[in-house]
Amino acid sequence: MIITVRKLVKRFGLKTVLRGMDFSVAPGEFVALLGPNGAGKTTFLRILASLSRPTIGQVSIAGYSLPHQAAAVRRRLGVVSHLPLLYGDLTADENLRFFARMYDIPQADKRISDVLEMVGLASRRRDLVRTFSRGMQQRLAIGRAVLHDPEVMLFDEPHTGLDQDACQMLDTVLQEVAARGRTVVMTSHDLARVGDLASRFDILSRGVITSSIQRSEIDPNNLLAYYRQAIAEA
Amino acid sequence: MEPISQAEKQLTRKSSAPGFGQFIRAVSAIIWKDLAAELRSRELLSAMLVFALLVILIFNFALELDASTRAAVTAGVLWVTFAFAGTLGLNRSMAMEKDRGCLDGLLLAPVDRSAIYFGKAVGNLIFMLIVEAIVLPVYSVLYSVNLFNPGLLLVILLGSIGYVAVGTLLSSMAVQTRTRDVLLPVLLFPLVIPILIAAVKGSTGFLQGVDSVDIRPWINLLLVYDVIFIAASFMVFDYIVEE
Repeated sequence: MIITVRKLVKRFGLKTVLRGMDFSVAPGEFVALLGPNGAGKTTFLRILASLSRPTIGQVSIAGYSLPHQAAAVRRRLGVVSHLPLLYGDLTADENLRFFARMYDIPQADKRISDVLEMVGLASRRRDLVRTFSRGMQQRLAIGRAVLHDPEVMLFDEPHTGLDQDACQMLDTVLQEVAARGRTVVMTSHDLARVGDLASRFDILSRGVITSSIQRSEIDPNNLLAYYRQAIAEA
Repeated sequence: MEPISQAEKQLTRKSSAPGFGQFIRAVSAIIWKDLAAELRSRELLSAMLVFALLVILIFNFALELDASTRAAVTAGVLWVTFAFAGTLGLNRSMAMEKDRGCLDGLLLAPVDRSAIYFGKAVGNLIFMLIVEAIVLPVYSVLYSVNLFNPGLLLVILLGSIGYVAVGTLLSSMAVQTRTRDVLLPVLLFPLVIPILIAAVKGSTGFLQGVDSVDIRPWINLLLVYDVIFIAASFMVFDYIVEE
């Protein structure tokens, strides 16, 4: 397993968000993490991304445990959230160049050109990010996340705030990311969209995984009914 | 697209253990990023400069003092100006990281998080020194005081380092709250009282031509304060920025 989580608990003061959660992902899997608002999806992804410390429990990614080997984990992770994590006053090229230096990427020029080509922004590389549309910023955010060629990608509701065209373009990029053999964990509220992308669907409710099903075991058209039933039974 | 090959992974990835070289590269990357962004927006420097110049102008008109009194309060007014303008800069610098989730982007980098602290602190120090370099000549003219004294410049440098060392740490804490603009000065000013006292005493000593033996304790205090707070920030920054 490339991601292993055992008995994970996360508390913020008196509020317990994750309640002894177990979770594992095999290399190359694309897991859609579904659940209602407040279920703990974002908190869980932030713990996997080493942005938040577990209160109790064990988390390991690619054989490295959190939080003790966080730098080694971060080198193997790419994270995309609904915020772009990019600097508006820098150009697309400068943003990627900055992150290439932070990740110590050799032959950065070639890698940056390849990534900009992949996300369809090669012609806008000299433009300031603050002049980009929301969809373009999100595509560049994916470019930033894959720049160091991570083994594991975490997507936290990447479609939030995007129009239909931008969502479709984003899905194309997501499919390309998955096709490269990367392991993906994505949270989303858009069941129709993740139904076409993911290879496994996990339902997170009240801080634990209540249900899990492989795509081969369910017709994507029945995903909404499965989700509703899983939430109702939780 | 082709699947990731082992050779490609080796090409795009170095050792998992980041060394000192990578630490320095990360620090310099953050400084470069802050300077490049500021060169474009000019938000931070212009706000600090306008504020600092307004403060010294207001003090100049409010304190219509005779020459001897003026010499006694010059250093105090100077450091009040630097402290207030510095707070403005520290707030803006961290707010830039919070917008669009950039701070998370920084924290996701596989570097020791103290590199992020040092990069931000050096960037903030550069902005503060630029403002001081512009304010000092104006101040010198308005208050008829020769501020270009090597000893005074040393005190300003040491005072600014201490102020920025604490300020960068606290601004990274304050930026995660809704009341960040108010919280930073509330947290910062009590902690920098020792440095402001030492800086004002040291500056006054150099301006009034006091014997260097009498000024040395204040310089030593500034040095000790700088070392302690840089070391403390190095140790706790990781815990402050992580949830």
